[in-house]
Amino acid sequence: MTAANRAVLVLEDGQTFEGRAYGAVGETLGEIVFNTGMTGYQETLTDPSYHKQIVVMTAPHIGNTGVNDEDDESRRYWVAGYVVRDPARRPSNWRAQRSLDEDLVAQGVVGISGIDTRQLTRVLRTAGVMRAGIFSGDDALAGDLLARVRGAAQMKGAHLADEVSVAEPYVVEPVGEQVAHVVAVDLGIKAMTPQQMAQRGMRVTVVPSSTPAAEILAMNPDGVFFSNGPGDPGAADATVAQLREILDAKVPFFGICFGNQILGRALGYGTYKLAFGHRGINQPVMDRTTNKVEVTAHNHGFAVDAPLDGESDSPNGYGKVLVSHVCLNDDVVEGLECRDIPAFSVQYHPEAAAGPHDASYLFDRFLDLMKGQHA
Amino acid sequence: MPKRDDITSVLVIGSGPIVIGQACEFDYSGTQACRVLKSEGIRVILINSNPATIMTDPEFADATYVEPITTEVIERVIAKERPDALLPTLGGQTALNAAIAAAEAGILDRYDVELIGANLEAINLGENRELFKGVVERCGADSARSHICHTMEECLAAAEDLQYPVVVRPSFTMGGLGSGFAYNEEDLRRIAGAGLHYSPTTEVLLEESILGWKEFELELMRDKADNVVVVCSIENVDPVGVHTGDSVTVAPALTLTDREYQRMRDVGIAIIREVGVDTGGCNVQFAIEPDTGRLIVIEMNPRVSRSSALASKATGFPIAKIAARLAIGYTLDEIPNDITGSTPASFEPTLDYIVVKVPRFAFEKFPAADPVLTTTMKSVGEAMSLGRSFTEALGKALRSIDKKGMNLHWDGPVPAGEQLEELLAEIAVPTEKRFIQVQQCLRAVEAGTLTLEAVFDACKIDPWFLDQILLMNEVATKVKDAATLDADLLREAKGHGLSDQQIADLRGLKVNEVYQIRKALGVTPVYKTVDTCAAEFEARTPYHYSSYDAETEIMPRDREAVIILGSGPNRIGQGIEFDYSCVHAALTLKDRYETVMVNCNPETVSTDYDTANRLYFEPLTFEDVMAVYEAELAAGPVKGMFVQLGGQTPLSLAQRLEDAGVPILGTSPEAIDNAEDRAAFGRVLDAAKLPAPAYGTAHGIDQAIEIAEGIGYPVLVRPSYVLGGRGMEIVYDRAQLEDYGTRMDSIGDHATDAPLLVDRFLDDAIEIDVDALFDGEEMFLGGVMEHIEEAGIHSGDSACVLPPFSLSQAELDRIRTSTEALARGIGVRGLMNVQYALVSDVLYVLEANPRASRTVPFVAKATGIPLAKAASEVMAGATIAELKASGMLPEHDAATTDMSQRIAVKEAVLPFKRFRTHEGIAVDSVLGPEMRSTGEVMGFDDTFPLAFAKSQTAAFGGLPTGGKVFVSTADRDKRSITFPIARLRQLGFEILATAGTAQVLQRMGIPSTVVRKHSEGKGPNGEPTIVDVIHEGGVDLIINTPSGQGARADGYEIRAAATAADIAIVTTTQQLSAAVLAIEALQAGPFDVLSLQDAARA
Repeated sequence: MTAANRAVLVLEDGQTFEGRAYGAVGETLGEIVFNTGMTGYQETLTDPSYHKQIVVMTAPHIGNTGVNDEDDESRRYWVAGYVVRDPARRPSNWRAQRSLDEDLVAQGVVGISGIDTRQLTRVLRTAGVMRAGIFSGDDALAGDLLARVRGAAQMKGAHLADEVSVAEPYVVEPVGEQVAHVVAVDLGIKAMTPQQMAQRGMRVTVVPSSTPAAEILAMNPDGVFFSNGPGDPGAADATVAQLREILDAKVPFFGICFGNQILGRALGYGTYKLAFGHRGINQPVMDRTTNKVEVTAHNHGFAVDAPLDGESDSPNGYGKVLVSHVCLNDDVVEGLECRDIPAFSVQYHPEAAAGPHDASYLFDRFLDLMKGQHA
Repeated sequence: MPKRDDITSVLVIGSGPIVIGQACEFDYSGTQACRVLKSEGIRVILINSNPATIMTDPEFADATYVEPITTEVIERVIAKERPDALLPTLGGQTALNAAIAAAEAGILDRYDVELIGANLEAINLGENRELFKGVVERCGADSARSHICHTMEECLAAAEDLQYPVVVRPSFTMGGLGSGFAYNEEDLRRIAGAGLHYSPTTEVLLEESILGWKEFELELMRDKADNVVVVCSIENVDPVGVHTGDSVTVAPALTLTDREYQRMRDVGIAIIREVGVDTGGCNVQFAIEPDTGRLIVIEMNPRVSRSSALASKATGFPIAKIAARLAIGYTLDEIPNDITGSTPASFEPTLDYIVVKVPRFAFEKFPAADPVLTTTMKSVGEAMSLGRSFTEALGKALRSIDKKGMNLHWDGPVPAGEQLEELLAEIAVPTEKRFIQVQQCLRAVEAGTLTLEAVFDACKIDPWFLDQILLMNEVATKVKDAATLDADLLREAKGHGLSDQQIADLRGLKVNEVYQIRKALGVTPVYKTVDTCAAEFEARTPYHYSSYDAETEIMPRDREAVIILGSGPNRIGQGIEFDYSCVHAALTLKDRYETVMVNCNPETVSTDYDTANRLYFEPLTFEDVMAVYEAELAAGPVKGMFVQLGGQTPLSLAQRLEDAGVPILGTSPEAIDNAEDRAAFGRVLDAAKLPAPAYGTAHGIDQAIEIAEGIGYPVLVRPSYVLGGRGMEIVYDRAQLEDYGTRMDSIGDHATDAPLLVDRFLDDAIEIDVDALFDGEEMFLGGVMEHIEEAGIHSGDSACVLPPFSLSQAELDRIRTSTEALARGIGVRGLMNVQYALVSDVLYVLEANPRASRTVPFVAKATGIPLAKAASEVMAGATIAELKASGMLPEHDAATTDMSQRIAVKEAVLPFKRFRTHEGIAVDSVLGPEMRSTGEVMGFDDTFPLAFAKSQTAAFGGLPTGGKVFVSTADRDKRSITFPIARLRQLGFEILATAGTAQVLQRMGIPSTVVRKHSEGKGPNGEPTIVDVIHEGGVDLIINTPSGQGARADGYEIRAAATAADIAIVTTTQQLSAAVLAIEALQAGPFDVLSLQDAARA
């Protein structure tokens, strides 16, 4: 490879990978994670939960279908950096409007290609996720790269939801007749979530993460929703307090991903960081209320620490709580269901995008919960 | 929901003989099922007529019936064994159809046998096209617009509505048999006519053309708790119009966004639920309109299929194994993922590599056949490859095909002008050669004289794939133009799939020089692992593929390794019979050595990760095998390599491997040469004082003519170092030999510079096949087989009998002595196959092959002696005396006649039905010295007539026990047919004959009805010709022997009509005598069945 397009990926533990510059040229730092999805790179790049993360794609060919204006999950690319093996030279799809390369450059995403992504994935699987940096171009490649990586912020303890949340509320109108009004707190929400709700007749008001609980309750919603989002749930004290006010008001609640972790903390359970997280669209989850297995989309580096066996008492006094969903690969808590208050949440992504639609029934469950409240 | 406790015994039905569209993938799935069921403590009863399979080895089931797969046999087996359940979904369409027939005949109800793994309603919904259309609609998806037709009139009306071209698809046939595209009424009458005939329900579907659309397939599994997973997505590189089995395919799908893929997944899941496949697997095929994305469902198979085998090998998710577990009550989440050991099977595999499958065709065996690829499958095998990029996998897959002219090349100038125009026109029509033609067109794109869009418009292969092939061309140009081959460039070229041979061709180097440069520069592949999860979890199953990437995952080991080379893609002459021996070597030596399998055929048992300790899914070329050896040598001690079990492909690598320092176990390359090299072999024969037909070795056709004139015509000519009689012909005069010379270029797969062998052809000889084992001191005669057809018909196409039914003890003794002398003279250590011809009491040696033969599995089944296992032991150093002491081999060998031994008849299964000429007529079914059968069956009974009758039933449905026989023979055969024809008359048959034959019969006192010859045309009053009578179903058995040299075409129309109408046909007099004996035996009543295990106990 010529010096001109050389790029280097440096891991916190000192390992380096030489490759070619991909996307924008420059320097980027973040927590490096791997995603095992074989489809859905556009959704992944625009998923706010990947804020401050360098994403490694295990699928070797990326960019084959280009980029279109329909599949974005938010207003911009969020990944801090992008690591692929083989970028497409030419997109081919009837919906493609431009190439991924162009978009990565336009959005300033620094990437690297041509490295052994499987080797890198095995490193991360064994050592756990860590900080990393991608460097390309003469300026970025000069100096002590490892020191810069080691100087980057840690994900543990990071409070990032406010950085990705919208500044102003907006409304997603229901398809057909309105059957419920939901206030969705944007902690890094993906576009597909309010769309899934709207398709079921919910009118969704998406509000900034900083919206006080009182303001949310004043909107008199049939239900409140906390979205997915980046960062350490352990650092989200204000969000936890916000949710507790909503739970106290007995308003039906549904949370996804970060929203699940916030519910866990609100109920009084702890959260912890997984060694390398779950990021993919092939994860088997069992719904313990029906004993059915669903193949689901995951994107989480943290998880709730709640007792797996039977119902437990919420340490914060919200009554009985059941771990409703578990990941069959590793028994990680994937869902919580409150028995005495109208609240439930899942750690994974029923809105999919990218990923299978097996879990979309959860939006129906949310609607049923709200209807039950009316009855 | 654990295993059901009400099932203690299960009947499994296999898929019968290997045919096009149904090959050894069902040995793989059936073997997995048998293993799973046995490990669950269930008594397994198996019916499969194919002796070449692993699954029919007695150790894989508790009661193995190598019997015809018919309703009657199924009933007899059920009555005898009283199984609790019948599992029909792992034996292809054959097993499924047999099970449906048994259920419809009330047999399952009568004996209280539950159908598991499928239900009749689901099978019907999935396979009946009209009902399936309703399913698709209820799932909210689209089908192609279509009409169901039961008559030709309905077909014509439907085509009017849909507009030509229309697709014709018959119901309930496998491998797309009888389907095709009709561009006009003439096409329609031909294709739909055949389709109506082949469909057991006389039903065809006509639908709108979706030619040129993108084609995809999903492999799904569902358990009784309604959990569904998509195991794999497959994308066809060839767009709609080419049968999936004949398409280059890739996994995973590479040109869909997540939204499009998930839509397809949703539809697939809705369909498996709506159809009601409740425990097991299925596949669903889709087409997508490339400009609009309109998705339509093409069809589904409610069973484990050829694609399931491919998907299993591609992902590491063993569909058949899991289907068997689901059938006995488990749910997906209760079944562990073998590969990780720690996660459940209720997930969807994710790939961090690309899988490419390329079909292998055999048109060279059927020169008259139309080479255009259609929706009827025509390929006989396939190779699969894995790489970390599409280009890497494609390059490996193409070189795995092991066939001249089928790999990308950059010879000659970039196509331009008229040549380019021609190429562009040619790639619009799919043939075996299209892929390479497309690559040649893309050379013009690289040169800037053509656009990629123009190539796409012509062939409709997705531009992404075209761009990747263009990339390979660009890399090739770089290699060609570079001042020197440096490490970076070599790494780039190898990473994009270029072989050492291709690089050598581009640089004008010898292939060995490229290998040496590459090694010196340290450009060697690493090995990755197929782990189902893209490295998310640790894999504990060493299933590897090579890549020019950074990190290798080969684990060090302490045990000594034995590397076994498989046989590559199935082809006529080299198929499952060779895989059989490879599998046995792996299983036999597994306990003491680390067995390492190298193969690239996804259909086989050998490429099941459960078979050997380590599996390398790699092409069988010197470059790739050497790389595996070097990687294994770095991992631990290597005892050596087995090259003699996988047929000619690995055998032809022996010398180069040994020269490169690889220890070859068993028979040495020098000894192999003693048998292959005619001069050396002549010395062996002389030393042993064994007669052989006069022969000579020629370099070039002129020398061949000289030799032929010397030894006298007729002669048998063929290139050396080929298998399956490739290019072998009986030549009666100089003109024919000269003609052979002009066609030589297209003959032979790879060894173009190999010399020609010219042998005196022995007329009217009894051919004898022998499989023997030799350890350097002692010989063990495994089996002596007597052919039914005379010498001159390839041994693979000839029926044969074991024990030899007409040989005396003196002859057997002579065979034993001769075989031992040959084994000693050649220097065999392991298996050897010898073909003899017995003429007027002289035993001529036709050829000796110091390797595993096609007949090893048949011999093992017929004798109950584990010949392949014993051979592996001998190759690893054991002596025959030791094997006798341990009980693996019996004290006496096949030279000792045991009068109580049951008779086994092996019959070949031929694919003539699959191949049509350009005019749509079936190709000629006459047998010759070039092998053309795809598979075999075994008939096993107390007497020869019964065993032969069974073999005919298993091979093609069976001989008639009454009705009309049409006789038309060559003059020289007229005398020998009169006795059997007279007997047929006595047995109640009505005889039809052409005028000449009828006259002879009349004189012999056999009355017959005269029928007009085809060449005579219809009579003045519309009297039909024999071809008309055959087409109208007025004949039950045809006896037609071709009349010697040059005139073989005379009976062609008759034979073609018989093939098209699926009527039993006898083409040799020896076959006729056997058939008459069999018919007589059949008239005595239905035959009885006996399992191999019971036969061994008897």
